[in-house]
Amino acid sequence: MKKIKPSAIFMNLAAWVASLTVLLPMLVVLLNSFKSQKESVIMDLSLPKKIMFENYAVVIERGKLFTSFLNSTVYAGFSVILIVFVVSAASYVLSRNRSSLHKVLYYFIVLGIAMPLNNVALMKIMKGLSLVNTRYGLIFLYAAINIPLALFLMFGFIETVPREIDEAAVIDGASAGQLFIRVILPLIKPVIVTVGILNFMSIWNDFSMPLYFMNNSDKWPMTLAVYNFFGQFEQSWNLVSADIVLTAFPVLIIFIFGQKYIVGGVSAGAVKG
Amino acid sequence: MAAKKIYPTWFVTGALLFYVVLFFLPGIMGIGYSFTDWNAYSPEVNFVGLENYKNIFYANSNYGTFIKNTFVFTLVSSISKTTLGIALAMLLTSKKIWGKNVHRMLIFLPQVMSFLIIGLVFKNLFHPSRGFINITLNAIGFDFLAQNWLGDLDFAFKSVLAVDAWKGSGYVMMVVIAGLNAISPTYYEAASIDGASFIEKFKYITLPLLKPVIMNVTVLNITYGFRVFDLVYSLTNGGPGNATGVINTAVYSEFSKGNYAMGTTLSSLLFIFIMSISYFILKVMNRGEVEQ
Repeated sequence: MKKIKPSAIFMNLAAWVASLTVLLPMLVVLLNSFKSQKESVIMDLSLPKKIMFENYAVVIERGKLFTSFLNSTVYAGFSVILIVFVVSAASYVLSRNRSSLHKVLYYFIVLGIAMPLNNVALMKIMKGLSLVNTRYGLIFLYAAINIPLALFLMFGFIETVPREIDEAAVIDGASAGQLFIRVILPLIKPVIVTVGILNFMSIWNDFSMPLYFMNNSDKWPMTLAVYNFFGQFEQSWNLVSADIVLTAFPVLIIFIFGQKYIVGGVSAGAVKG
Repeated sequence: MAAKKIYPTWFVTGALLFYVVLFFLPGIMGIGYSFTDWNAYSPEVNFVGLENYKNIFYANSNYGTFIKNTFVFTLVSSISKTTLGIALAMLLTSKKIWGKNVHRMLIFLPQVMSFLIIGLVFKNLFHPSRGFINITLNAIGFDFLAQNWLGDLDFAFKSVLAVDAWKGSGYVMMVVIAGLNAISPTYYEAASIDGASFIEKFKYITLPLLKPVIMNVTVLNITYGFRVFDLVYSLTNGGPGNATGVINTAVYSEFSKGNYAMGTTLSSLLFIFIMSISYFILKVMNRGEVEQ
């Protein structure tokens, strides 16, 4: 039998300590979401005496979760469509045509990855354009703030698509629009999926934009709804936990199925070049 | 072939329009408004010169604390996440670990969750009397370690930083793993033949070759740190007192008080600061392209 070295045992132990540090807080919340209000006063790893599925029903009803789920889906979904649409076109042209104007435009937009957003002055602009408290206002805003990173990722990917393809298509008589839609878009599908998933998750998770620009609680996304629910039901941690589980759930599902794209996209952002 | 014809510049218009109007313009306009007394209570906006900036830097105000906290947060959070991330990446690329992918995914998981959710979870875990952390400490006989994690002036800031590291280290780990996988094993083999120790290999091969990746992660961590809002807002809302307040929580509180001029001035300071290091940021993000 092969002997297991003590160093291997120690290292595996360290890995489990790290993983459990991440896992335990989530497990506590999950367990808590099935407890009665009385049991949930003390937060520990004990199993619920009786599994209270009704917590979830209560939360969905009183936390207006159905509406806010739809709102989050609308915000994240439509913003992602808008981002993919405008950014794929822009990054295609910026990466193919390297005139100095195009270079300046590229750096100007990519700078937005680091730039802070001035929400106070933005309020002035949003009001001027009648975008405050509207759904499409929030969608436009999410598109705007996520364009820089999306452009950076797509630009990097399009660089790897050989230019000869464009030339061949043009010789075959394709116009600029046809070339982009019929030839380039299908080739950059992987990066579109990556950008789409990353943006969907970050928009789903955001809550500072609606905090500033959405007063109407009927239009709140899940994050703001759960925050508000927490304010009202601070004493019922079982309900708050159930709300937290439901809000995090869609993102976890996306994470499980989109792992490859998420990890790939995240690393591409930093390991480029 | 004419590049103009097959790569029409108007393809950029959509992205540029949204970005300029809803992202860049507020930054510039905000600087303009930082020289005024713009507020929610009077329709008039008057030019006041550097009054707002004076209030931040000269008066006996809290604003100095927010700026200091933002810098401390950025520095400590970047260093701790990078150190932890590299350590985890080294650990989870080792051949001796079983089930590497499970560990990697678990540790990366918090990265995809909302700051707000994580803030609420930890607000509860940190609760002094019924939170999971103190209850566990009491149960295993370490009562003396139990603290009022988010309510104590000495611990609140550290607790916020700890939660931030809990959430963000997995990201650094994932990126460093990708960087480590790109290093050719022949370097290590050659070093082994020369009798190099683990530490020597780390110092002379791993770190130098990871430098670009680490630089990149650091830039992202720094720009995140300066803009931090969600986590602080949901964990402590800047409290106790101003102990954990950062620039962006101060901006929000000025905004909700209707004190728009001060909000936009604080935000502009951040804007100006990041713009002043933007050359460095772009250079790191676009290695090999800026030099062209």
